[in-house]
Amino acid sequence: MADPLDDFIVTAAKALDLPVAPEWQGSIKANLAVTLKHANLVAEFKLPDEAEPAPVYKA
Amino acid sequence: MSEDLAWATSAQIAHAVSSGASRALDVVDDCLARIEARNPTLNAFTAITADRARAKARAVDAAPDKAKLPLAGVPFAVKNLFDIEGLATVAGSKINRARPKAEHDSPLIERLETAGAVLVGALNMGEYAYDFTGENVHDGPSRNPHDVSRMTGGSSGGSGGAVAGGVVPLALGSDTNGSIRVPSSLCGVFGLKPTYGRLTRARSFPFVASLDHLGPFARTTLDLALSYDVMQGADPDDPACAQRGHEFATPELTHGLGGLRVAVAGGYFQKGAFPEALEALARVAEAAGADDEIEIPEAARARAAAYVITATEGAALHLDRLRRQARDFDPAVRDRLIAGAMVPAALVDKAQIFRRWYREQVLKLFERYDAILAPATPCTATKIGQQTFVIDGVELPVRPNVGIYTQPISFIGLPVVAVPVPLKPLPIAVQIVAAPWREDIALRIAHALEHMGAVAAPRPNL
Repeated sequence: MADPLDDFIVTAAKALDLPVAPEWQGSIKANLAVTLKHANLVAEFKLPDEAEPAPVYKA
Repeated sequence: MSEDLAWATSAQIAHAVSSGASRALDVVDDCLARIEARNPTLNAFTAITADRARAKARAVDAAPDKAKLPLAGVPFAVKNLFDIEGLATVAGSKINRARPKAEHDSPLIERLETAGAVLVGALNMGEYAYDFTGENVHDGPSRNPHDVSRMTGGSSGGSGGAVAGGVVPLALGSDTNGSIRVPSSLCGVFGLKPTYGRLTRARSFPFVASLDHLGPFARTTLDLALSYDVMQGADPDDPACAQRGHEFATPELTHGLGGLRVAVAGGYFQKGAFPEALEALARVAEAAGADDEIEIPEAARARAAAYVITATEGAALHLDRLRRQARDFDPAVRDRLIAGAMVPAALVDKAQIFRRWYREQVLKLFERYDAILAPATPCTATKIGQQTFVIDGVELPVRPNVGIYTQPISFIGLPVVAVPVPLKPLPIAVQIVAAPWREDIALRIAHALEHMGAVAAPRPNL
């Protein structure tokens, strides 16, 4: 069975119109795995629903 | 070519030129000869602006007010992501070489030249500033003056190498996640990453808009402060540049450590540090009288969030180029950016929400302390081309991990002076972190440590 991250990269590349040569796939996957690991470390930190993002839009 | 001039500070050169003891043209000619002699070894420069430099030097020599110019005749160079009139702003890339030539200098170049400094060239950097090594696949690696088989650190690698190697006394770089502080550490020079929004970034090629800073490298704290002071000021051309007046640091430099409360960052900031990083930290802490060890809360998560925001904002910046010219990128940069483009937006928003919370927690620490010390890098300079090192028992790639101690600080835009500790055989720096807009405090501490002999930019054997 294919790794879901490989499938995700192929699908996302098509959706984003990004050219991904087969020989780049491994390196992109390694980078995406690390980035998602970092992202999930942040996402699992519980903050109130009311917590605002850092950038504040001003009209 | 004068060996004395190679190691003269900006302050010394400016004093000599403004008093009439030296001519700016002679200083600049000497610098240009040094670039010619040393650049084949250091690979710090990617462009040399000799004609314009000589013309500017002649103008300084003829200026009726040269006695008032704080940087009269001081040669300097800039990372090649700064706009220089008449040159394409390459930002370390092959792709940008096709850009139109810049029509105007970056305002920071203009401000330094208004103060009498003389631009002599553009400096090597990692492609699009997305690295901590100073290695560039198109231009070759910047080389560390203390051991040319080792990396300078990056991404402002040429800036660190040119200053450490006695080619110029002053250089500018950019710092998104550590790209001033890492090469300062590995090359053994002083570097200032100001508060986010302090120095205008107009007419420089961006990387991550919400994290990008510009700042100087020098071999003394006085030179950092002199250059920083003349570069301050609001600029409507940079939407993030603060509407603040000048808050001069130079007059505060000599006020010493008296009354300042300094702490050492423990936990995350010492976990995984090599013995040399801990030795440098201990030396600086002792000299600064920093007895308290504190925990910067959730620093590992802060670094993770900075990593995510960098990857995704960087991907957004380069998305069109990735679609059209993916094969023209450095493959290591390309693959990181393509991965960044695929990160779901919900996770990026989470990182931005965490960022505000983290900022509030860290700012509370500055109610008790004026400054916090932390290592700048986990180790001294690794070999050029070295792919991995072991941190805390885990083998990790060098390229993204040299900045583990710098990222949680720039993530919330705090001002930092990187101070070099002249360990043998290679130097390594410590970060002096202050509250927002208190560059003066970080510089004042750095200056006091310099006068105690605890920190110094060591002279390499070139």
